[in-house]
Amino acid sequence: MGPATPAGGLPAPSRVTAVPARRARRLPLASPTVQGCLFTAPLLGLFAAFVVYPLASGLWYAADPASYRAIFADPVFQTTVANTAWYVLVAVNVKLVLALLLSGVLDYPFWWIRLLGALFLIPWAVPALPGILSFRWMLNAQWGIFNHVLTTLGLPAVPWLAQRETALGAIMVFHVWKYLPFWTVIFLAGRRAIPPELYEAAAIDGAGPVRNFLHVTFPLLRNLYLICTLLSMVFTLGDFTVPWLMTGGAPGDSTHVLATLAYRYTFAMGRLEWGLATYAVALPVTLLFIGLLLRWVRL
Amino acid sequence: MTAGRPGLLLRAGLALLTLAALVWTLFPVYYMVLLSLTPTSDLFQPGFWVARPTLANYVYTMAQDNPFVRYFWRQLGTSLTVALWTTVLVAAIAALGSFAMARLRFRFRRPVSGLTLFTYVIPSSFLSIPFFKLMADYDLIDTKLALVLAMVTFASPYALWVLSDYARSLPPELEEAGAIDGAGTLQVFVHLYLPLIVPALVAVATYAFLYAWNEYLYALLLLTGEERIPLPVAMSNFLTTDNAPWNLLMAVSTVYSIPPVILYYAFKRYLVGGLVSGAVSGG
Repeated sequence: MGPATPAGGLPAPSRVTAVPARRARRLPLASPTVQGCLFTAPLLGLFAAFVVYPLASGLWYAADPASYRAIFADPVFQTTVANTAWYVLVAVNVKLVLALLLSGVLDYPFWWIRLLGALFLIPWAVPALPGILSFRWMLNAQWGIFNHVLTTLGLPAVPWLAQRETALGAIMVFHVWKYLPFWTVIFLAGRRAIPPELYEAAAIDGAGPVRNFLHVTFPLLRNLYLICTLLSMVFTLGDFTVPWLMTGGAPGDSTHVLATLAYRYTFAMGRLEWGLATYAVALPVTLLFIGLLLRWVRL
Repeated sequence: MTAGRPGLLLRAGLALLTLAALVWTLFPVYYMVLLSLTPTSDLFQPGFWVARPTLANYVYTMAQDNPFVRYFWRQLGTSLTVALWTTVLVAAIAALGSFAMARLRFRFRRPVSGLTLFTYVIPSSFLSIPFFKLMADYDLIDTKLALVLAMVTFASPYALWVLSDYARSLPPELEEAGAIDGAGTLQVFVHLYLPLIVPALVAVATYAFLYAWNEYLYALLLLTGEERIPLPVAMSNFLTTDNAPWNLLMAVSTVYSIPPVILYYAFKRYLVGGLVSGAVSGG
């Protein structure tokens, strides 16, 4: 898949534009369909080689029922399914509710809110890894700032990353920190696309901020909100980076999600077919979500 | 919207929320920078500021004067090379594709669209193991090419989406002007289309660069060995030892974060505009 454009080898179809259909019949290269295929060929080649083929070969290797029997019998796998469900449901929904509300705050036309709007994008701009490292050191049981504050206040220190519940919580909190700005910006744009006349009409009826939100903003943003929820859930379902770097599955493989468990099966245990089966288990849900999205989103 | 006469209570409430959001947003970043300025002797005395700030960690990093940062420049170079190749290839592929999707009466537009959206939505990790196997079969593990191919594949759909959306807003006179000059489709693409989509192309190129620069999973899978891994994988390798020098790690983290932060703020308008037109028009 080099950068070579297939159109590069195309003898310039002089004097033929996309319009005349009569000529198209005589010169195959002049037909919009052939040209369209040539212009999209690099893209389609890429998808065929690195999306369709890996997916098909992955499913082929994951077809053995013995792999599923093995992983379903593995207690780590059962914990992992629960962890992934919690992660996707809690982190995504908390994040999107906060994003929807915060986009309302950022919509107020004060200068200091505009300044916040700019600074607020920082977690989105900083790559995930440095942010996770910062969180990890803050949560360090002995030298972290959180436990320092707790012990200064006379409270007991918490082994944040050394017990399952708080470690999962740390993964979710980081997810919210990192991705809240992105979705807030999306919702802010959605709010700004609402015609101001609607709020003026609501104001005449004496509506306050709460009734504005319930009767004007939310009904109009509902579709966008649902699409964002689906999209974010699918993305989060396959998240590897945040759980892997925050906990790596520790303590005792109790905080794995699907992607990190598949990595462990494949690369730490050498069980490629188990790793693939782990993803295959999540595929029906993923495809259902993607199907819904494809119906709702025009491209 | 409530711009008229916001009450004092509203302002106070907003100010409080703003302050909370600001602390929540900035503290982890502040803490990263703070730690990068902390001398090793103070590392185990947590606090909200550093008593004796030092640039020593940055000096060690730049001079590769510590076993953990022995290959710093080479790893940075790998990250940069992969990101730049991804940028160029994604821009080229998406520019070509978007022309067919937006400007030609292309019969297979819907299936191509569907496949593109599918690739955008499916989490890239789902394809990671078969992709790794494919690259191993072709003996491409430990080559930058493998990582570039993965990054181009996963960054292209969104790039195509943004460019096609932008290209559809161009006036139909584009092709007509070409027809008058007797230009073929390829000439229209090169001389009329490309110059007009430059703003969207900038957004797409920035997106592709950031995508590749920030990638972790595929970098971890496809490249191994201290001299060949890109920066993020090298940083995560710090974590495998018990006595990781966290202040040094945070100096590397800060350096690694600077290019994306600059790019985000420099091209914020383009990035947000592209994202949003896609998402909002989708509704």
